[in-house]
Formats: sequence, C-alpha cells, structure tokens
Amino acid sequence: MRTLVLAEHNSTNLSAATLCVVEAAKKIGGEIDIMLVSDAASSVVEEAKTVDGVTKVVHFSDPRFKNELAEDVSACVVSIADDYDYFLASSSTSGKNNLPRVAAELDIQQISEVIEVIDGKTFKKPIYAGSCISTVQSNQDKNALTIRTTSFDKAPTGSGNATVEEKSAVESNSRKTGFVKNELTVSDRPELTAADIVISGGRGMQNGENFALLEAVAGKLNAAVGASRAAVDSGFVPNDYQVGQTGKSVAPNLYIAVGISGAIQHLAGMKDSKTIVAINKDEEAPIFKVADYGLVADLFEALPDLESKI
Amino acid sequence: MTNFKYMKILIPIKRVNDYNVKVRPNQANTDVDLTNVKMAINPFCEIAVEEAIRLKEAGKADEIVVITIGDDKHQEQLRTALALGADRAILVKSDKTVQPLEVAKVLSKIYEQEKPDLVIMGKVGIDGDHNQTGQMFAALTGLPQATFASEVNIDGSKVVVTREIDGGLETLSAELPAVVTTDLRLNEPRYASLPNIMKAKRKPLEEMSIESLGVSVDDKVVTMKVESPPERQEGVKVETVDQLVDKLRNEAKVL
Repeated sequence: MRTLVLAEHNSTNLSAATLCVVEAAKKIGGEIDIMLVSDAASSVVEEAKTVDGVTKVVHFSDPRFKNELAEDVSACVVSIADDYDYFLASSSTSGKNNLPRVAAELDIQQISEVIEVIDGKTFKKPIYAGSCISTVQSNQDKNALTIRTTSFDKAPTGSGNATVEEKSAVESNSRKTGFVKNELTVSDRPELTAADIVISGGRGMQNGENFALLEAVAGKLNAAVGASRAAVDSGFVPNDYQVGQTGKSVAPNLYIAVGISGAIQHLAGMKDSKTIVAINKDEEAPIFKVADYGLVADLFEALPDLESKI
Repeated sequence: MTNFKYMKILIPIKRVNDYNVKVRPNQANTDVDLTNVKMAINPFCEIAVEEAIRLKEAGKADEIVVITIGDDKHQEQLRTALALGADRAILVKSDKTVQPLEVAKVLSKIYEQEKPDLVIMGKVGIDGDHNQTGQMFAALTGLPQATFASEVNIDGSKVVVTREIDGGLETLSAELPAVVTTDLRLNEPRYASLPNIMKAKRKPLEEMSIESLGVSVDDKVVTMKVESPPERQEGVKVETVDQLVDKLRNEAKVL
C-alpha cells in the first residue's frame, strides 16, 4: 500500500500543513511518498527528505511550474498514479484546487476535509458547516482525501532519510490557463493556520484601524491575527484573515475572540482550539457558550489593559 | 458593447438547506434530518447566478442556462434562478443522491450538448462541504479552471479571474471555454421581484433522466453514520483582565 502526499511549499520551506498530511497518511499505513512540484531545484526537496516516515520524495521541476497551476499539478500526479493507492493533500485552497482534478481523472470520488482516519477505508469528516460529523466508507481501490490539518499533529522533521526521484516535467495536455499576478498579504506575524496563539476580531472592532489594538496584543504574544466573516464583509480586513466555515480552520493552543458574537459559521473554524477566550460586551453572545474563559467587557478598554499585562 | 460571438453561460446549481437552519442528525444517526427544513439555492450557486446575470446586463453574455440534478422538488430552485434572470433551465432527474464525481459526469454530458462558453458554479455546497464538483468537471472536459473567484472579467476570448487563496489573492487568465467557481465576495446576489417570479413560470424548463445521459449513480463512498460533534463545555466568566491573565498563566498554562 502506498500513499502520495501532494506537498505545499513557498519555494523555500515545506508548509506545516504538509507535515500534518504526512501524519494522517501514517494512520492509513503503508509507504508514504511526498510529491513536490516547483520551478527549479529546490531546498524544499532537502527539507522534505528529512520528514519522519517518508520513503521517497518525487520532485517535478520545470520553470513553468512556478505558480503550480492545477492543470499542471494534476497532470504530474496522474503520470505516476499507477504506483499509488492513496492521494492526500491538505484542505488548504491549494489542496482544494488541485486534488479534485486528480480524483476525477482517476475516476475517484474524493473524500474532503478528513478529520479522523478510522481505517484505510473509513473516515470522519464534518458536514453542514460542522453541525454534524459524518463517518463515510469508501468502496474504491484508490482513494483521494483532503486532510483538515488542524485535526492531525505535524510529522517530525530532521529524522527521516528519504530518497529523491527527480522527474521531468509533465505538462497538461493543453495549457489554457496563464498566471497573471499574486497579491499576497505581507505580515510579520505567524501564519494563521500554523500559529500557537490566534487573536481574532469581529464586527465589534467597528473599523479596520481598530485592528491595531489586536495587532498590539498579537505582537506581544507572537500571535496571528484573524477575523470573523462579519469583520471581513464589513471591509475591516482582507478575506485571508477570515476564520470560519468559509475561511480558514484553526486550532491553536489559545484562541482569543474579541468582539465576535459567535455565529455557527465562525465556530466551525475555531472550536477545536485548545483554550478559547471570549471578550465581548454582550453577555448573551453565543461565543461565551464555547469559551473556556469569558470576559464581559468593552474591548476598547480590555485590549490595552490586556496588552499591558502580558 | 459589441459581442464577437454568441456567449452562453451554464450555471449548475444545488438545492440545499437554507443557510440559517442548523441541521441535526436524525434519531437513528444514519443521516441528517431534513424533515420540514426550508430548502434554497446553495448560497455560492446564487452568487454564480448573479455573476452571470451581471455579465448579461453588461452586454458580455447572451444566454444563461441553469441546471440541477434531483427530484421534482428541484424545479423550485430552477424557477428561482429563472426569476432572478436565467433564460432557461434543465432538470436532470435522479431519485438517488448524487456525489460530486457523478455531478461532474452529468455536467460534462450537458456540456457536450449545450457547448457553453463559460461555466460558473459555486465553489462548495453548504451541505456536504465537498468543494470538488467544479474542479472535477474541468478535469473531465479538459477545460481550464479558475476556482474561488472574487472577481471575474471577460476579456475577448479569455476570462480573467481573481482568486481567493490562503495567502491573499491570485489572478489567472483562462481561455474560454472555462470553468469558474465562486467565492463569497464575488458579488451580492439580488432578490427576485414578483413580476419576474411570475414571468419565470413561463420560461422553458426541460427535463431528462440521469440514465438517458448514461451516468450511473453508484456507491463509491457511503455514509455509515451521522452524529453531532462533541460539545464544548461552557467555561467560566472572569470579572477583570487581571483575572483572565491569571487563569491563562496558571490554570490553562497557555501564556
């Protein structure tokens, strides 16, 4: 039994999400290979080699692969698909974009957002925005799974000693998609889905400028800053700040929700956090139902106070 | 605004629970309980319909065809899409629940018949949370894909799409015909007006069976159990920031 993990990287480092996917692959059992697609010989290959439990790193490189278009990534996977029984990717926007394309080409019904591997054919996944958990069983010989990374630990790095197989480029049959540009959010803060501490603001922040209050606390805690859908929809912060069903799922050690009422939508993206703090002036806010520690207070007083005391 | 050629947009839509309804497992824990639950067009599909209407209003599209798969009740969502501004509708009848791969197979058959220039669909259904169908359909038809769109512009024979990705935004340009899946911020869908709801009753709605398209509905993946997620215990209220910091340091030990 062999599993192929589709790696994610930023050309310099392997994404932490990929390490969680490797850990999920271990629960399935059998050999695990990592597949990397990049535009050049890459230091990421060296890092991938050392991931615990990995047998081989398969590296497809071509200058045209810089932006990892779904059409090219899926063509690469399909070219080596005969060797594998499982195809795993994280449920990031990249994994969600690429893996269903692979699955359809291999006539596989993919299982998305796996939160638990029961055995090689049986998996748990949230449905209806996390309102229910579904246990599904696959009757297929080959399977494709996206992994909700917050439900799995990171595989250790440094200890592994995988072999490397360099592959020449496999192009999609016809290149009909072109990259135009990226506008990536630049931040000194840790990445939202990888941070140990996340502090998020909601509609109660009132405007984008007030997010500086959260940034100040985040700076002291080395935390990532997130937001509720209401805050994003109100234009306070960009969409990639969004935590929730339609945004990112996070599960840090500490999640601080400030001025967030706690819509189901938001809870779906953060309720697996280990410790949850809610600061809200409305004591009836549903967020208090999931918070370990609730503080009914005006956030404009509480945040500077908190900043001065940590 | 001059069109170089006739531009047809295909919009697959899905009937799901109204997004305000909290769905629960049934008593036997075999499935969710949708008895008496209000149903609607999936919000992301509504955004797809709206985008197509805006393209038509801007003179960049000529015809909007909506399609769904399911039983007779699905006519309701097709009529809503027609009332919003779609020109005609197709109902592919299936009594069994279809999974994303099967939907993609049905859509590729319809694609061969209809030959649309652009397919816009929701990125995910708020019921199964799969986020697969658009990408699968693109794979089966060999079409370029631009998923999770927050901006869509037709530029001659291309569609330029800004995508919401984890680190920010990415812009792609895809040759038409292409598949675009919608993210939340693409637009804010309109409501159907009463006169348009009346008019929609006279718009064409064609029906065909899923078998006639040669797509079989099988059980590649079956649901064994549906349960409520583990409840989180409600915690304690603290009175002051000092108490909060103390609890986080000494009780939760997270600071």
